[in-house]
Formats: sequence, structure tokens, C-alpha cells
Amino acid sequence: MKLEEIPGFVSQREAADMPTVVVETARIREACEYARDRLGFDMCVDVVATDYLGWAHQGVSGYVGTASGRDINFPMTQGLQTLPEPKTKRFSLSYHLLALTHGAPRLRLQCWLDDDEPVPSVVSVWPTCDWHEREQFDLMGIRFEGHPNLVRLIMDDDWEGHPLRKDYPLGGEPVRFSDAE
Amino acid sequence: MTVAPTHTGRTRHWPIVGEPPYEGSHIPTRVPTILDVPEDLRDSDDLFQINFGPNHPSTHGVLRLIVDLHGEEVVGLSAVIGYLHTGFEKTMEHKTWWKCVTYPERIDYVGYQNNELVFVLAVERLLELEVPEKATWMRMLLCELNRIHSHLVFLGTSALELGAISMFWYCFREREQILDLMELVTGQRMHTRYFQVGGLAEDIPQGFYPECRKFVEWMPHALDDYLALLDRNQIWLERTKGVGPLSAADAIALGQTGPNLRASGVDWDLRREQPYLAYDQVDFQVPVYPEGDVYARYRVRLDEMAESTKIVRQCLDRLDRMEGQPWIADDRKVVLPPREELHTSMESLIHHFKIVTEGFRVPAGEIYVAIESPRGESGCYVVSDGGPKPWRVHFRAPSLVALEATPTCTHDALVADLIAIVGSLDAVMGDTDR
Repeated sequence: MKLEEIPGFVSQREAADMPTVVVETARIREACEYARDRLGFDMCVDVVATDYLGWAHQGVSGYVGTASGRDINFPMTQGLQTLPEPKTKRFSLSYHLLALTHGAPRLRLQCWLDDDEPVPSVVSVWPTCDWHEREQFDLMGIRFEGHPNLVRLIMDDDWEGHPLRKDYPLGGEPVRFSDAE
Repeated sequence: MTVAPTHTGRTRHWPIVGEPPYEGSHIPTRVPTILDVPEDLRDSDDLFQINFGPNHPSTHGVLRLIVDLHGEEVVGLSAVIGYLHTGFEKTMEHKTWWKCVTYPERIDYVGYQNNELVFVLAVERLLELEVPEKATWMRMLLCELNRIHSHLVFLGTSALELGAISMFWYCFREREQILDLMELVTGQRMHTRYFQVGGLAEDIPQGFYPECRKFVEWMPHALDDYLALLDRNQIWLERTKGVGPLSAADAIALGQTGPNLRASGVDWDLRREQPYLAYDQVDFQVPVYPEGDVYARYRVRLDEMAESTKIVRQCLDRLDRMEGQPWIADDRKVVLPPREELHTSMESLIHHFKIVTEGFRVPAGEIYVAIESPRGESGCYVVSDGGPKPWRVHFRAPSLVALEATPTCTHDALVADLIAIVGSLDAVMGDTDR
């Protein structure tokens, strides 16, 4: 299987679970079509976005000093032992593909996006991506261009923000239908 | 492109209908998950829009369906989900790895043991941790018991919805036995948290094997009962045969997995194709039915219960010979030390303290692990930054995907069939909404 021939090929790595191919964001639909028609990946099992905002900013564990002395609220030993590799852009978007043949070969197509950067929808390639993409739009705020019905799937229609983003506030949200709103 | 439509319900201004994805496909053409009313009926006065749920008793939880009826015929359908959204994925980002184990089982609350397994397997893969043989076989046993449990709930409730109330009592009779077995091993009837990263939380208690053998001996008789009650029941046959057909090509395009895919004639089971645990060492068949209708989905699950019973029996035979073997990996950086050591060993006390307060660290990386849960491919995508908490956890929910097939199956269906179809897809709303 020649993964370098996937349209928009950027890089490839052998992960522990499945080969991972990073492709250009704008050509993800072509890459998916190629994977389906030429490489035999008939099924897209999952589309998942990850927000890497603040990745590797936690600091390495050990003594943490501040200008006024030791910060007792800093998570101290919860810091990392080594810093992970920095990421090129904020969001990763992974498409987990599966071929229904013996041995269950899998492939991860991945593209990287900045905030507000659109990505072509692959609903025309695999109809199953309809709800997967809507979910990632709803919870992560990824914009899929060409999706026939890109509306919130899980949160309320008028919900503000995208809860799975790292900068989404934890707690303190207004209680709906209360006087305090 | 601007993305700001304000409602998820079906649109009332009719869009242009496109081409089907391929010849003979029943997948709706505009949006794959919304069945649009045919053009010639749109101005009809007989069109009646009705809201099923979210609190309808036959929607298996809080599923809302917006249905367009023309007489008794379903001509339009769209599903609204999210009423059971609990934010598990977000919550897990703020818990240490070993505390996270309690969450996955509450996502798919009927197939709890399998969901717990997929998360634990993902963490173990990142840690490259070896699990003792006894734990592997016990995990397999409990997962198969859980599969039977899940299919029993499916069978009982979907038969109940079609009016066969006695099926419900019979299925829940056996389900109760499984829950008792779970309680015997883990102390909990459901949501056991018995699988730990590295193995099992406790050794298998004495008395479990004979009790489980009793169940394994009994279960084939129970399955005979179900067959006798349903399979020659004319009402049941007419309500299920030929209803809600899903072709193999449509099922693959819609990403269906598990029993729904096998009922459409695709011979696919991750336990056989991509063996995890020790599924390559047990003998079992994969039932496949080509019809793709509600009846086929029911038969696949019924046959699977018999196969699972066979697997449980083989696990018991193996476990019998593993008395006294370790049930959890001996890695003090990840696994809690034995309780009694805390009184005598300073090292153990430190390890215990570190794991409980801080959690263990998992090497940086991303991983996707998939298993065959009772509902199909249950996947867990995990990203770690090397710290004691997951950076991102995502579950590939088979129920979410199963519900995507509802409009395709509802093609030419009557409103009463809709109940049978939604039941036969066997979606658990906790899994769908997470």
C-alpha cells in the first residue's frame, strides 16, 4: 500500500495503533476518496478533533518559583516529566478508516487546522460522517465546508461556544430559566 | 460559508434533492440522516407532522423523532439527539487516568463492561503494559456475560414494544441472573469498575465458577424458550419480517457495525477479524443474516447470545486452571500495591500515596482502540501529553452511528413499523449523546 500517493500527502508515521498520514487540510476530501476507492478503506468509523491549545505549556515538574516566592497553588509535581513535542497548529482532525477485509487494516488520515480554518466535508464520500462532523462542529467548533446540514447535534440550538475546546470556561455558566440569567 | 442556522429540526423550505450516492441506495439524498417528504406530497393537506419523544416510552431513552405522516405512512423523518449529553469526554480530561475508568461504563450503560474494557485497553496500549493471562480471560468472560445482558435488554424491550410483554419477563429473569453474577464478582450489579489498568481490581471470589457454570448450563434452555415464544409467533413474524430493510452497501456507507451490519449480510466481527484479549483462542461462530430487516437483527442477536454462552463456558474451563495466578500486573508505578503491604513497606506506602493523589503518568501519544461491543465497534481515541490526566478522550459510539440509519430503514415504513425499527437498531441514548 503506497500511502505517499494519497492526494495532499504531507507526512507519514507508524503509530502504535495504525499508520497515520497527515494530509493537506484543503485536500482531505480527495484523500478520503482516494483511500476509499483505491486503497479499499470502505468504512469511516470515526471523525475526531483534538484541541491542542496550551499543549506543552504545563511545565516540567519540580520546584516552581514565582517573583513573590513559592506558588502553593501551582500543580507542582503534577507537571510533566518531559515536554511533549509542540504541534504545528491548534486543532488536529483525525479520520479513522477501516477496510472490511481480513486483519481489519486501519488508517488514520489527519489534518491540522487553525482556529476558524474551514475543512472540506466528506459527507459525500461517506454518508456516516454526517453526524460525526456535526458533533465535531458542535463540541469543537470545526467548520466543515460543504456539509449539507451543519447545525449543532448535541448541544442546544442556541448554545454559545464549543464545550470541548480547551478555552471553554469550566463552571460558572449561567443557569438557564432562572432569575439570575 | 456562514454556519449559523438556528434550529436542528427539519427545515420547512424544501431543498433541492440530489443524486443518490449509488444505484439502488435508500440513503436520503440531501442529508443522509434526514428523510425529506417526497415532492408530490409537500403541498398535501394530509401531511401531518408528529413529535415522537423525547419522552416516548418506545424510544429507548430520550430520543426525539420528528416524523411526517401521510396517513399511516412515514414520509419524512429526522432525529434530534443530545437530551442525555453529560459531557463525559470533557469531564475525563479533568480526572486522573485511574479515576477516569468509572466514566466509560456510564456512557453505554447497557454494555458497560465492554466500554470499560475499551478505555482500559487504550491506556494499557499507551503504557505498553502486559496484562496477566488470568485477567485477560476474566475480562473476556465478563464482556461476554455483558453482551448477553445487553442483548437480553434489547430483546425484552423491543418485544415489549411490539406487544409481547411476557418476553420482557423472561428476558429480565435471565438478566437478573447475570447481574447477580456481576455482583458476586465485583460487588456491583452494573457499572462495576472491575477492570483496572493492568488487570482486575480484585481476585475472582470463591464460589463464582460454580454459580457461573449453573448459568451457562441454564442459558441454552432460556434461549429455546425465547425461540418458542417468538419465532413461531405469527404476530411477531409479521411485525418484523421485511420491515426496515437495510442493504449491505447502505449499511457500510452509513458506517454500521456489529449486529446491525451482520443482519445486513456482511460477515464482519472484530472479535474474529482483529482479535483482542484472547478471542483467537476460543471457538465461536459469527451469525450472519442477509435480509437486513428487523427480523434479521433480532435473529443475529439471539444467535449471538448462544455463541457468547459458548465463549463463557470456554473461559470458565481456562480460568479453572489458573487458581492462584496473579490477576493484575506487577508494575508499582501504575498499579496500586496490595493493601496488606501498606502496613509493612514504606515503598508501597509511597507508591500508593503517589497513585492516589497524583495518578500515574501515561507516555505522550495518541491511540485509537476498537473492540466489538454488543452494539458494534466501540472505539476509544485517547491523547496523552505525558501527564497524569488525559489530554483528550473520545468515544466512537456505535449507537450514534446506528441511529444515523433510521431514515434509510424507514423508507416506505408505516408509523407502527417505526417503533420496531428504532428498537431493532438497539441504540443506547447514553452512548449516543455521551
